[in-house]
Amino acid sequence: MSAAPSPALTSPDRLRLYRQMHLVRRFDERVMELFGQGLIKGTAHACCGQEASAVGVCAALGPHDQVSSTHRGHGHLIAKGGCVDRLMAELFGKETGYSRGRGGSQHVAAYEVGFLGSNGITAGGLPIATGAALAIAHRQEPHVVVAFFGEGATGQGAFHEAVNLGAAWKLPIVYVCENNLYAMGTVISQTSPVPHVADRAQGYGIPGVVVDGNDLDAVYAATVEAVTRARAGAGPSLLECKTYRIYGHSKGDSERVYRTRAEEATWAAHDPLVLAAARLRADGLLDDASDAALVAAVYDRIEQAVEFAKTSPDPDPAAAATGVFAGE
Amino acid sequence: MPQMYYSHALREALIHEMDRDERVLLIGEDIAAYGGAFKVTSGLLERYGPRRVRDTPISENTLVGLGTGAALMGLRPVVEIMFMDFIALAMDQLVNHAAKFFYMYGQQRPVPLVVRTPAGGGRGYGPTHSQSLEAWLMHSPGLKIACPATPADAKGLLLTAMRDDNPVLFVEGKLLYQEQGEVPAGDCAVPFGQAREARAGSDLTIIAWSRMVGEAVIAADALAAQHGIEAQVLDLRTLVPLDVESIAAAVAATGRAMIVEEGPTTCGVAAEIGFRIFETAFEYLDAPLQRVCGLDAPIPCAGALEQVVLPERSRIASAAYRLANA
Ligand SMILES: Cc1ncc(C[n+]2csc(CCOP(=O)(O)OP(=O)(O)O)c2C)c(N)n1
Repeated sequence: MSAAPSPALTSPDRLRLYRQMHLVRRFDERVMELFGQGLIKGTAHACCGQEASAVGVCAALGPHDQVSSTHRGHGHLIAKGGCVDRLMAELFGKETGYSRGRGGSQHVAAYEVGFLGSNGITAGGLPIATGAALAIAHRQEPHVVVAFFGEGATGQGAFHEAVNLGAAWKLPIVYVCENNLYAMGTVISQTSPVPHVADRAQGYGIPGVVVDGNDLDAVYAATVEAVTRARAGAGPSLLECKTYRIYGHSKGDSERVYRTRAEEATWAAHDPLVLAAARLRADGLLDDASDAALVAAVYDRIEQAVEFAKTSPDPDPAAAATGVFAGE
Repeated sequence: MPQMYYSHALREALIHEMDRDERVLLIGEDIAAYGGAFKVTSGLLERYGPRRVRDTPISENTLVGLGTGAALMGLRPVVEIMFMDFIALAMDQLVNHAAKFFYMYGQQRPVPLVVRTPAGGGRGYGPTHSQSLEAWLMHSPGLKIACPATPADAKGLLLTAMRDDNPVLFVEGKLLYQEQGEVPAGDCAVPFGQAREARAGSDLTIIAWSRMVGEAVIAADALAAQHGIEAQVLDLRTLVPLDVESIAAAVAATGRAMIVEEGPTTCGVAAEIGFRIFETAFEYLDAPLQRVCGLDAPIPCAGALEQVVLPERSRIASAAYRLANA
C-alpha cells in the first residue's frame, strides 16, 4: 500500500469510531443472546471480529456516499449511520424496523443514510452498487459507492461481471472484500487459485490493495486513498481487508468444525477492539475508567434498542401481500 | 395516422421519453453503434450520446443489477436483454433483487426499471434464441409484464413502462418487429392492465398476447370465412397486471374460451388464465376450456419441426372450430 497521507482522524473521531466498533460488537453479541432466548427468529450472521473493516471503511465516507452490504451486514449499517433501534426492530420482525419486518437481518435498506441494502444473495449487492455508481457518474456527482462482500463472493459471476464493468467504465466505486477466510465452512484456499482476493484486481486493471482488516487506522487510510481515487474519476479499487469472524457462520454454527481452536486463539490476540483500545491508551486518549464507561454506555444503548424492538408493534397481518408494487 | 413498423414504434417511444425525461438512459449489449440486435435503438447513440446510450459487457445479470442500482438512485434505466432466452442469466437480479426490493426493504424506494427483450420463435434461431419465458417471471411477484401485439401498443405500452415506478419486463415479439400498423403521433401511452378486443366475435373467445394475437386473428378470420364461426380475440397487452375483469366479461358473453400461448404448455400463463376463468366465470362456460400452446420441447431449428412445436394459425383454427362445436 502506498503511503499517501490520509486526513488524520481527530481524537474525538478516534474515540467515536472506537465506540462505534463496540456498538457493532455488542449489537451482534446481543442478537445471538436473543436468538438463544427465542426472542429473535429466522437467521442472522454476526460480524463480530470484523468491526474494523465496517467502521474503518465507512469513516472515510460522507453522508451522500452509498454502501451496499451482504448477509453479514449489521456492522455496515451501523457504521454508515444506521439506527440500532430500527435495525433491532427489523430483527424482531417489527413494523418499526427499517424494512418494516419484511426483510429481516439479511434484507435491510436505509436509503436515508446511504445504505443500499444488505443482501441474502452472495455477491448480489455488487451489480446493484455498480449501478448506483453509474447513477453518480451519470449525474457527475462527487460521491462514491462502497460494495462490501465476503471472499466467498468471488466465486460468483456477479462479482467478476460487476468489477469488470465498474473498472471498464471507471465508475466511482470501491469494492471492499472482507476476507474472513471461511465461506460458511469452506476455506478460501480451496476455492480460489490466487492467494489474495486483491490479486484479482490485476485482471481488471485496477489497484488491488491488501490491508490488515482488523486495524481500524489501516483500513481507514486505505479506504481514503481508494475513495479519493474514485472521486477523482480514476475508477474503482479492490480493497481486501484480512479479517476473521469470531463466532460461527450463523447462529446454527456453534461447533466450527472446519477450523481449529488454536487458529481462533491466534486471531483473538489480534482482535480489532483490543488493537484500537491499545492505540488509544498509548496516545493517552483512553484509560480503564473511560474505557469501562464507554463500554457501559454502549451496553445501555443496545438495551434501549432491544426495549424499542420489544415494545414495537408487529406488522399488520392484513398487509402481508400489499406493497408488492409501488403506487398501488 | 402514420403507418409504422413495430420496431420504429418502440424507438419512437424511447425518443419521446428520452426527450421528455433526462433520467431515462439505455443500457445493453450492442445497443449503441450497432443499434441493437434487432435495430430498435439504431440512431439513438447519435441522438443522445454515449452517456445515455451505453454499450455494455456481455453480463446480463449485472446489466439488470446495474439498472436496479441506478433506478434506486433516481434514474429510469431501460435495459435491453438481446434475446429473452438470456433472461435466464439475469434471473437472480430480476427475481431476487429488482422484483423484491420495494416490498422486502419495507417499501422505502421503488425500482423504476424497464427490461426490454425480444421473445418468440418462428425465425429458425433454435432452442436458445426462440423462447417465450413470460410464465417464469409472472410467477415472481413484483414484476410487471407487458407484451405488445401491435405497433401502436409497442409505443403506448413502452411509454407507460418507462413511467411506471416498478420493474417492468417488456416483452417484444421478435417476428413483430417488421409488422406495420397505425401508430398515433406524440404521447399515446396505453395504460397497463386493460385488455383490448383485437377482433369482435360472439361464438367464442380466444385470449392471447404478443405475436399470438395476430395468429389468432388470422385463424378467426379463416374460421369466419369457412364456417361462419365468429371468434372474439382478446389481446391481454399486459400479463401483470392481468385484466381478469375483461377476461371474465368476455367469457361470460361468449361462453367458450381458449387461450393461446407461444411458450410451452406445462405451467404456462395459459394454465393460470384458465384457472382465473374457473374462479371468475365458471358458471358461464358452455364448454370446457381449451388451450393452444407451444409443445413441451425445446424449440427446434428446422422449420419443419419448429412449425410443429410452436402454436400457429392452423392449430388455433382447428382448436377453435372444435371448441365452437363442443
Ligand atoms: C447465491 C447464494 N449462494 C449460497 C448462499 C448461502 N451462503 C450464505 S453466506 C455463505 C458464505 C458466504 O461467504 P462470504 O461471501 O465469504 O461471506 P462471510 O459469510 O464469510 O461473511 C453462503 C454459501 C447464499 N446466501 N447465496
